Amino acid sequence: MTSTDPALREPAPGRATSAVRRAVGENTLLRSLVLVIVVGVALLLLSDVVTTYRDLQLSYGAYYFCALAGLTMLAGTSGQISLGHGALMAVGAYTVAKLRNTGWPLVPELAAAVVVTLIVGIPMGAAASRLRGPYLAGATLALAVGLPALADKFPSFFGGENGLSVNPSTPPASLGANFPLERWEAWIACAGALIVLFALYNLMHSGLGRSMRAVRDDEIAAGLAGLRVGRMQTLAFAISAACAGLGGGVFTLVYQSAAPGSFQLQLSLYLLAGVVIGGLGSLVGAVWGAALLVFLPNWSTDLANSFSLSTNVSHNLPLAIYGVVLIAVMLVWPSGIQGGVRALSRSRSRRLRGAGARSSAQT
Amino acid sequence: MTRFLDLTLSGISTGAVYAAVALALVLIWRATRVVNFAQGAMLMITTFIALAVINATGSYWLGFVAALLSGLVLGAVVERVLIRPVEGGPPLNPVIVTLGLYTLLVAVGGMIWGNTPRSFPAPFSLRGYRVGGTTLLFTPNDTFIVLIVLALALGLAVLFRATPIGLQMRAAAFRPEVARLLGVRVGRMFTLGWALAAVAGALAGVLIAPSVFLGPNNFDPILISGFVAAVLGGLDSPPGAVIGGLVLGLALSYVSGYEGSTLVPLAALAILVIVLMVRPTGLFAATRERRV
Amino acid sequence: MLTVEGLTTDYGAVRAVDGVSVQVGEGTITAVLGANGAGKTTLLRTISGLVRPRAGRVSLDGDELTRLPVEEIVRCGVAHVPEGGGVISELTVEENLRVAAVWRRGQAARPDEIYDLFPRLRERRTQPASRLSGGERQMLSIGRALVARPRILLLDEPSLGLAPLLVAQIMGFIRRFADSLGIGVLLVEQNARSALSVANRGVVLNLGRVVADQEPHQLAADERLRHAYLGF
Repeated sequence: MTSTDPALREPAPGRATSAVRRAVGENTLLRSLVLVIVVGVALLLLSDVVTTYRDLQLSYGAYYFCALAGLTMLAGTSGQISLGHGALMAVGAYTVAKLRNTGWPLVPELAAAVVVTLIVGIPMGAAASRLRGPYLAGATLALAVGLPALADKFPSFFGGENGLSVNPSTPPASLGANFPLERWEAWIACAGALIVLFALYNLMHSGLGRSMRAVRDDEIAAGLAGLRVGRMQTLAFAISAACAGLGGGVFTLVYQSAAPGSFQLQLSLYLLAGVVIGGLGSLVGAVWGAALLVFLPNWSTDLANSFSLSTNVSHNLPLAIYGVVLIAVMLVWPSGIQGGVRALSRSRSRRLRGAGARSSAQT
Repeated sequence: MTRFLDLTLSGISTGAVYAAVALALVLIWRATRVVNFAQGAMLMITTFIALAVINATGSYWLGFVAALLSGLVLGAVVERVLIRPVEGGPPLNPVIVTLGLYTLLVAVGGMIWGNTPRSFPAPFSLRGYRVGGTTLLFTPNDTFIVLIVLALALGLAVLFRATPIGLQMRAAAFRPEVARLLGVRVGRMFTLGWALAAVAGALAGVLIAPSVFLGPNNFDPILISGFVAAVLGGLDSPPGAVIGGLVLGLALSYVSGYEGSTLVPLAALAILVIVLMVRPTGLFAATRERRV
Repeated sequence: MLTVEGLTTDYGAVRAVDGVSVQVGEGTITAVLGANGAGKTTLLRTISGLVRPRAGRVSLDGDELTRLPVEEIVRCGVAHVPEGGGVISELTVEENLRVAAVWRRGQAARPDEIYDLFPRLRERRTQPASRLSGGERQMLSIGRALVARPRILLLDEPSLGLAPLLVAQIMGFIRRFADSLGIGVLLVEQNARSALSVANRGVVLNLGRVVADQEPHQLAADERLRHAYLGF
C-alpha cells in the first residue's frame, strides 16, 4: 500500500536523466569525476572573483586539505592515528624545495614529493600496522618531535634553522602578463587538492575502503575472513603519507621556503584538531577542518585585539582554542561537524517518515 | 674513562627523572588504560606554580610542596572532568582528549608565564663531587634526585602491596566491574590513581627544572623520554618504569656524550621503535588482555 | 526479603528482561532457570546495579535498590558472583578475600573463616588466583562473596564447567549457607536438576519473561515444562 504523503512519493523522473543518474550513482569513478569537475569549476570561479589575499587563503586551505584528507582517511577509514603527519608534510616540502633549487619543473617536482613521501610512508606504515592506539600515537609523537632534529644534524643539506628558500612558480605567459601570482598558486594548490579528493574518494568508496573499515572495526574478524590486515594498514598509511607530502610540496610553493620552524609538533596537533572537528573519515569534514586551520589564527588575533589582550595571551590563543576544540568535540560531539550534520539529516528523514506514516494512517 | 663514568652518573640522574615520569604514565595506564599525553604539560604547569611560590615566599621547599599538591589536585580534576566521560569508549577518544589537554595547557602556560625561558633553583649544590683530584659530573643535587625518586617508587610499592586502599586500586585496575561488585568505589580509585600519577609527574618536573630552562614547550622531550621508558619497562609494570627510566637515561646520556645532544630525540625514537617491534609489551611485562 | 517487581531491561535493541517479578526470602534459595539467552544473567546484573533497568523495582526489606550505583547496592547487603566467578587473577587468593572486606571494615569475615569453609583455599592463600583450578575458583568467588556478610547472594551459574561431583558439593555448600547464615540466594543455573535439588522455589524464564514460578517438585512433575525449558 503506497503512502499518499507527497514527501515520500518518488518523483517521476524523465527517463534520460534517471538513466544518467543511475549510471553515475553506481559507478564510483564516474561519480568522483563529476565531483572533481564540479568542485574544480567552482574553485576556478571563486579564485577569479576574490582578492589576491583570499586567493592566498584558498591556497592555504588547499594544502591543509591534502594533509587533512589523508589523515582523516587514515584515522577514520583505517582506524590508525598519526601525530607525525606534520613531519610527513615536511618531507614533501623539503623534496620540492631541493628539486626546485636544482631546476626541476612544477609538475615533476610535485610528483616527486608524492613519490618520496609514499616511499617514506611504506616502512612507517609497516611499523605502524603493528602498533595499536596509544602506542601508535606515542611513536608518531616521538617522530614529530625527533624529525626536525635531522635538519639540525645536517644543516648544510637542509639549510639549518632558516631552511631552504625557493623561487616561486611563475604563471605561464598564455594567461597574460598581469595574471596575479597568488591566483596561479591557488590554481596549483587546488589542483593538488582535487587530485587528493579524487584519489581518496575512490579509495574510500571502493572495495579496498570497505576492507579497511572492516579491519578498523574488528581486526581479528577481518583477519579470519581472509583480509591481509597488515598490508592494508600499511597501504592506508603510505597513501595518507603521500597526501601529506603533496600538501607539503604545495606549501613550499606557496611560502617559497621550507624551514623546520613550520613543521613542528604543533602542526601535527593542528591537523589532528582539523580532522577531529570535521569528523573522522569524512572528506567533507576535511574541508571544515581546512577552513578551521585557515581562519582560526586570524579570528583569534581579531578576538584578542578587540579585547585588548596582552601579547602573551593573543600569541597563545589559537593554540588554546585548538586544545579546547579537541577536548570539547571528544566530550560533546565525538563524530565532529560532519557527524553532527549526518545525525541531523537522519533525524529529519525520520521525522518525514513519521509524518508520512501518520498521514497515511489518517487516509 | 672518566668521561664514561661522568656520562654514566649523569645518566643515572636523568634516568631517575625519566623513571618518575614513566611511573606517572604507568600508574595511569594501569588504572584507566589511557596514555596521558598531557603528562609533560601537566608537570610544566605544576613546576611553574612551584616557581611562583618560590619567588613569592623565598623558600624552595614551600615551592616543592606546592608543586606536589597542585599535581595532586590537577590530576584528580583532569580524571574526574575530562577523562571519566571517555573512559571505556573507543580507545582513540582519550588519546585525543589528552592531546587536546596538552595543547591547552601549553597555551595556558604561555599565556600566564610567557614564552621566554626562566631559570629554576636547585635545593642542593650543583657543584660536582670531588674525588681524588677530579670533579665528577655528579652533584649533591643529583644524589637528592636519585634518592627522592627511589623514595617515591618505594612509597608507591608499599601503598599498593601493603595497604587496603592500594589493594582496592589494584583490583579496580585489573577488573573494574568485579571490583565494583566487591564494594570498591572504582571511580574514586581511578581519580586517586591519576592524582598520585600527577604527583609523580610534578616531582619529576621540579627535579629536572634546574637543568632545563622553564618554558611551556621545554618539557616535551621529558614526556617523550618518559613514554619511551614506560614502554621499555612495560606499560603495566611500575618496577619496569623505574628500570626503564634508568636504562633510557644511561642510553641517552651516552648518545649525547659521544654523538652530540641533537641526536638525543632521534635516539629516543629509535629505541622506542626497536622496543615496539621486538618486544612490544616491554621488558617486564606479564600482561594479558584486560578483561572487564 | 529481596523483592523484584516488573523488572524490564533492554540489551541494545533486545528486551532481555521483560516484566520479571520474583521474591527471595531470608534463608531460602530461589532457582532461576531457563535456556541460554533467557535473560537470567541480565536479571542478576540488573539487580546488582551493573545494568540500568528500563522499568520496574528492586527492593530489599522495603529499601529501594533500583537505580542505585553498584557500590551502594553492595553496601545494602547484596553480593553478586558473576558468571565465571570473577576471580581477580592478578591478586593472590588472600588478596581476593581481603579486597572484599575493605568496605565492611571490622565487621567483615576474616580470611580464616572462609578457609574454614573451604580448606583447599588455605593451602593456596599466597598463590596468585590464576593458578587455581576451576572448582577452586568457584569456591574462592563464593567465599569472597560471603566475606562482606551479605543478606542476599546472587549466583550466576556456579556449576559452569565443573565436574558433577564438584557441582553437587557446591550446591550443598549453598544450601548450608542459606540455612546457617540466613542468606537469601538467587541462583541462576542452566543445570536445572542440581539447582532444583537444593532450591525452595523455581522460577523459569523464557525470552525474558517468567513462564513458571513454583516449588521444585511441582516443576519436576510438569513434563511439558521440563522438556521445553529445563532440558530434562
